[in-house]
Amino acid sequence: MVNALQNDNCTDVLMSTDEAYQLVSTRRNRDELRQNIFVLKSLVSRDFKLKYRRSMLGVLWSLLNPLLMMIVMAAVFSYMFRFKIENFPVYLILGTIMFEYMSRSTAAAMTSITESQALIKKVRIEKLIFPLEKVVFELVNFGLSMIAAIGVMAWFRVLPSIHILWALPLLVILLTLFCTGLSLLLSSLAVFFRDVMHLWSVVITAWTYATPLFYPYEMLDGWMQTVMQFNPMYHYITFFRDIMMWNSLPTTGQMIACIAAAVITFIIGLVVFRKTESKFILYI
Amino acid sequence: MNEPIVVINHVSMMFNMASEQLNSLKEYFLAFAKGNLHFKKFLALDDIDFLVMRGERWGIVGTNGSGKSTLLKIIAGVLEPSKGRIAIGGSIAPLIELGAGFDMELTARENIYLNGALLGYSKAFIDDRFESIVDFAEVRDFLDMPMKNYSSGMIARVAFSVATATIPDILVVDEALSVGDFLFQEKCEKRISELVDTHGTTLLFVSHSIDQVERVCEKAVWIEKGHMRMIGDVSEVCEAYRQLQA
Repeated sequence: MVNALQNDNCTDVLMSTDEAYQLVSTRRNRDELRQNIFVLKSLVSRDFKLKYRRSMLGVLWSLLNPLLMMIVMAAVFSYMFRFKIENFPVYLILGTIMFEYMSRSTAAAMTSITESQALIKKVRIEKLIFPLEKVVFELVNFGLSMIAAIGVMAWFRVLPSIHILWALPLLVILLTLFCTGLSLLLSSLAVFFRDVMHLWSVVITAWTYATPLFYPYEMLDGWMQTVMQFNPMYHYITFFRDIMMWNSLPTTGQMIACIAAAVITFIIGLVVFRKTESKFILYI
Repeated sequence: MNEPIVVINHVSMMFNMASEQLNSLKEYFLAFAKGNLHFKKFLALDDIDFLVMRGERWGIVGTNGSGKSTLLKIIAGVLEPSKGRIAIGGSIAPLIELGAGFDMELTARENIYLNGALLGYSKAFIDDRFESIVDFAEVRDFLDMPMKNYSSGMIARVAFSVATATIPDILVVDEALSVGDFLFQEKCEKRISELVDTHGTTLLFVSHSIDQVERVCEKAVWIEKGHMRMIGDVSEVCEAYRQLQA
């Protein structure tokens, strides 16, 4: 009956909606990727504006923060524990800025979908942008912290290996894939189970202590060293220190661990996100 | 012009209404284990099927809670239908919920760019139209003030002005005009008729005011409790709809 009415009212075109669908859906918007990149940029710049609004030093804090943290930790750990690590402040700052990149991006991305509910409910938008934006924002922050780390290296006269030319970009790409995968997984899980939000801060704290950020790997017992092989952050940070301060390269085994952790995490995150994203709007 | 631009192909929308609120993993698994995971189904739209041709002006009428807004959200691409398909043959400017994506901590200038990006404009396009957007919204003196200090009328003006800065192929209006003072409302209506009359924009218009629909539109669809009750020329549909009120 509906179709009869429809045809009555469109006497000039006798077309069913099925036919029309075939006709119209073949036309597609090709500029979507470029537009998504512009949205991503706009959101990252919004986050920067909001983060440093009304602070006198502004973006300088992205450099100062890791420096000050390093000074505090260096003071605490060199007097209390006396680990025998050469250039301990360099060891510290390299580990912490890399770990913070992971912990901050995942924590921010986890709440990104629920926080953007006003947008998701009202505007047609690629939802992947929200967690990705948080990772990109922390990646930029990580880049700024690198300036501070290079300053500390210069102060202690630590020279990086020549291999950083190819190894550092590779490491950053792998770690970013790893963070993005975790972020996608957490952000979609957090939509359905808000418990994840409470749990993740505990996991991050445990993970901080389970990663050799301020103690040497060699200090651990044999079985703990075995367990450590399953900690991706240990591999990334060791890779980082290898090329930045120890003038060496990771072993093939470590390299494989870095690549595998990145690729597997990214694929799991992406698949879970894509499978669930159409239901987000019903749960936020 | 007899080219279909909005295709609504047997669209149904089903919502799961959880009979109880399950908000934590533990509760979910407990309910799942007990086989207690029941949902009440609610059919918001049932087999909606019609075509909108380029340049047509459609009104969508229906009582509260009959699924009009759900349909608009599906057309705008915000919701995905549980059954059926939607095809859109052009750019779409949804005046459904104005000002989505405004960050009240940012200034109006920053928000115009952010909102423009979310609506699908390029940077160059916004640069180009910035002056006219500001002029239309009448907020030039307050451009660099955080929007949290704006009145709701001012926010609505900026939102409308950004949303209609482009010349879209399809304009979706959901009673968005009930914002601002009467002068601004007139300005909005003028802008909409300018788009429709001189640029041939297709209009989908939802309103409770049956007179407004009759004045603005040429065709109408009446949706009642998720079903398509009637479709046809605006005068016939509105006449039938009025009978309901009487």
